[in-house]
Amino acid sequence: MSRRLYVRRSLPFDLYEVKILEADNRDLLRISEEMGLALNLQEMRSVKEYFSKVGRNPTDVELQTIGQTWSEHCYHKTFKGTIETPEGKEVRSLLKTYIIKATKEINAPWCISVFEDNAGIVHFDGDYAIAAKVETHNHPSAIEPFGGAATGVGGVIRDVLGVWADPIACTDVLGFGPLDYDQKRLPPGVKHPKYIFRGVVAGIGHYGNNMGIPTVNGSIYFDESYTGNVVVYCGCVGILPVERYVKDAKPGDFIILAGGRTGRDGIHGVTFASLELTEESETVSRPAVQIANPIEEEKLKRAIITVRDMGLGTSITDLGGGGLSSAVGETAHKFGCGAYLELERVPLKYLGIAPWEIYISESQERMLLTVRERDLEKVLEVFRDEEVEATPIGRLTVDGRLRIKYQGYMVADLDVGFLFSPPQVRRAAEWVRPQLTEPRFPEPQDLTGDLLKILASPNVASKERVVRTYDHEVKGNTVLKPFCGKYDGPSDAAVLKPLDTSWRGLVISCGMNPRYGKIDPYWMAASAIDEAIRNNTAVGGRRISLLDNFVWGNPEKPDRLGSLLRACRACYKFAKGFGAPFISGKDSLYNESPLGPVTPTLLITAIGVIPDVRRTVSMDLKEPGSLLYLVGRTYPELGGSEYYKLRGLIGRSVPKVRVEEAAKTMKAVIRAIDSGYVKACHDLSEGGLGVAAAEMAFSGGLGLEINLSRVKVSSELSRSDYVLFSESNSRFLIEVPERFRDEFEALMEGSPFSLIGRVRAEDWFSIYGLDGSRVVDVSVRELRAAWKSTFGG
Amino acid sequence: MKKEDVRVCILRVGGTNCDVETKRAFTELGVRAKVYHINQVLKQRVLQNSEALVIPGGFSYGDYVRAGAILAKGLLAKLGKDLERFIDEGKPVLGICNGFQVLVEAGLLPGFNGMGSHPEAALATNIPVGYRCRWVYLRHENRGNCVFTSKVSRGAVLKIPIAHAEGRFIFPRDKERRYLEKLYENDQLVFRYCDEDGEYAEGRYPINPNGSFHDIAGICSPTGTIFGLMPHPERAYYGWQLPDWTRMGSPPTYGDGRLIFESMVDYVVKSF
Repeated sequence: MSRRLYVRRSLPFDLYEVKILEADNRDLLRISEEMGLALNLQEMRSVKEYFSKVGRNPTDVELQTIGQTWSEHCYHKTFKGTIETPEGKEVRSLLKTYIIKATKEINAPWCISVFEDNAGIVHFDGDYAIAAKVETHNHPSAIEPFGGAATGVGGVIRDVLGVWADPIACTDVLGFGPLDYDQKRLPPGVKHPKYIFRGVVAGIGHYGNNMGIPTVNGSIYFDESYTGNVVVYCGCVGILPVERYVKDAKPGDFIILAGGRTGRDGIHGVTFASLELTEESETVSRPAVQIANPIEEEKLKRAIITVRDMGLGTSITDLGGGGLSSAVGETAHKFGCGAYLELERVPLKYLGIAPWEIYISESQERMLLTVRERDLEKVLEVFRDEEVEATPIGRLTVDGRLRIKYQGYMVADLDVGFLFSPPQVRRAAEWVRPQLTEPRFPEPQDLTGDLLKILASPNVASKERVVRTYDHEVKGNTVLKPFCGKYDGPSDAAVLKPLDTSWRGLVISCGMNPRYGKIDPYWMAASAIDEAIRNNTAVGGRRISLLDNFVWGNPEKPDRLGSLLRACRACYKFAKGFGAPFISGKDSLYNESPLGPVTPTLLITAIGVIPDVRRTVSMDLKEPGSLLYLVGRTYPELGGSEYYKLRGLIGRSVPKVRVEEAAKTMKAVIRAIDSGYVKACHDLSEGGLGVAAAEMAFSGGLGLEINLSRVKVSSELSRSDYVLFSESNSRFLIEVPERFRDEFEALMEGSPFSLIGRVRAEDWFSIYGLDGSRVVDVSVRELRAAWKSTFGG
Repeated sequence: MKKEDVRVCILRVGGTNCDVETKRAFTELGVRAKVYHINQVLKQRVLQNSEALVIPGGFSYGDYVRAGAILAKGLLAKLGKDLERFIDEGKPVLGICNGFQVLVEAGLLPGFNGMGSHPEAALATNIPVGYRCRWVYLRHENRGNCVFTSKVSRGAVLKIPIAHAEGRFIFPRDKERRYLEKLYENDQLVFRYCDEDGEYAEGRYPINPNGSFHDIAGICSPTGTIFGLMPHPERAYYGWQLPDWTRMGSPPTYGDGRLIFESMVDYVVKSF
């Protein structure tokens, strides 16, 4: 710690002046590092420039506020910055150029608020709207899996509360290293995947279950690169009356901090105070991960919904990354106000916390509301009734300045405009196509063994043991649950019936294909979008909105950024092609560990609607004698497939998306579902036709006979194993009763489809290859046993 | 009394989270159900003005100490006298999941000797350990004492989901046999876990999802007016809530859970 750069003011509490005006470039970087600001030289210089103009040195409170506000986490520098593309062009803001552009051009009438608030908002039914948000909580979960995952859920629920919506469902998609990872290969500081897996799963269940919000959709994915970089996506969907979406804060409004108390939990990085106290190891080793208290948030939720229904609040936001600093700053900025705070009013967990710590602490279960003076007492009473602490800590002001007092002393005085105009980052992107070859190996004569192995592989096998530890029934509105059919089959999407007065349903699904990204992130993104939409379609969902969540490596490294750029380009093209706007998203960058970068991972969450939940279709086979159709065309696309993975291969023939045909196919499937011709429908994804057909059979407890020579394939596809395990996108397996044969076929006219098999009453699953020989011959019971063998039922 | 005059008090505290769907179940039946925070119940003397009390599912006060323990003590301390009168008048008390845990912790169930001062049973940690959300089958065992299952015929099999981590009903080991005999003598046994065909689970997992003694899923008081069960009937109220309704073409109008609410309302209408 370079003492000459910091001067403690003689006050009854800890406040340091940071001598930035005298600092040279080296000192600036030093300050950034020592205070844990994570600002680069360019940014530190504009901070210095600002304070030179003001004519004084900043306080620690001010610098920390700037550090938080300008952080990647809060400001999304990379997505808003300028990128030099490999083609020598410039992209100003990935977010605007690709993601938001798609939304703007689609101009969907159902979008109410996109990319500007804590969650995206779309119209649902009558006077009601749906709010949705997905977050990542990777870094905290890597340090403390239970707390990290639990607070991830808590955080995203608050995002939904942060647009006045009542949370009605959670989703979670998790990525872990292989559970049998060799302990000896783990570098110091990296925890074993099994430990992380158990902690994360327990944390997710703990929070959602305790709050009484059903966890209805998600997936678990295993990849070597997740060993050092666990991936934890937490999503939440809420409902609100459209007219209750109030954003009307004005100068003079009181700023209320409600919920849990503020403590030292969740102050990241190497901090000023802890460096001062290096000898005292206890303080130094104080955990930086937040502590979860779902019951507090449950009470907070009730109070906020009451305040909403009484029409007493003028704005609301949650306290997440950056704590108060980010919530207060953003509120002031959004409404063109300033803010005046008296920081000593913030209720604390314990004494001895410095002002800057109070201001940036990320203690959980806290929300920030603004209310008119006349409503203040009424609002405080609502919180009292719920036994939740709520404290006016300041007011919005007219002057566009952020002024913070602590025990009568001014500890920060910043221009809000400056706070929200950090220097633009400029980064270079490059992308070199990985050198991959398409493998050649002889075609096996019998594919039964391979099918069983794929069903038991970690990414395909049943996750029932985990999913049943989440309450997916609470609130009593889950129409299509994570498991369906007679034998707990894997549903493609969740369907909820959120309103007692309407049959309209909400359809939630997701898509994620990290293995395709190892070949080309462009087609990975395209595939994730296609998968999310087709999962939604498979149960009857339409009018789809998308959420994008990027988990990438360090964007300062050109190759990581290059692959991000490719994925964003695909996001634009395919969202637009499907007419499905992005409504919200989040990026988590810097996912690197001693084991290397995370494999680029894009999660797409799709939010659709179904006009009547009673039309919902599940994936389990229902009726012996029914016909089985394969809709969509099959290509020799096995790059990144489970079939190649079984042989330790990746290949290069990554599945593509022919978006025009795909969009048309999905519309046709919806028409067939609405017409009542569809008994069961399942999307084809990991493991292709083989896995999808097996899942449909064992979920319904019925047999199946399939003839691969009937499958509509592209001309170059001539191997039975490839037809069975290709992972081409935009495909569905559909069960149609014989009596609807003509109607169904007439309806599907214009889309690629073919009748490939028939449902059998006997417990037997047979597939005939291209030459007519039997390539799979196994009992349905055995298929189910393989699928459930890996993690148990 | 008339159905539309029946007032059902649904009690909640911090951590209760099944109150809305529980209220919906009663409202659908045409009675006046309202959710009250325990502080309101105290202030507004809600119990005196209600004909039925329901403690819904959730994690009352975070289920710290033991599931339901804090609310149980709170109930007795804050509402003890009122509650005693309420029960003496024969007004029904229903505890679902966490509510069942509360009633057991409060000594109201099995309540061999009326309102007890200490629990005579426990809802212990599941075996296998862990939270579990799944649909189970329940066989109706009651011979007519329980007012909450008058619409369910004896031996009938109901399909209702559970979601809990502490649902293993147990008696003190040394009193197990005697207490079980009492349950039978007093006609307090209401639901036992069974398979689709009504065969008792006999402890087999997951048919018995939590390792409950004697496959017990729900019991009532000797008077039959206090009833607790681990499964959630409010989640099996409508046909579209069933896990396999998509196999039936279109969902049936109602699920089995409705029978419990119906029986309870029927009892109130006839008795008061």
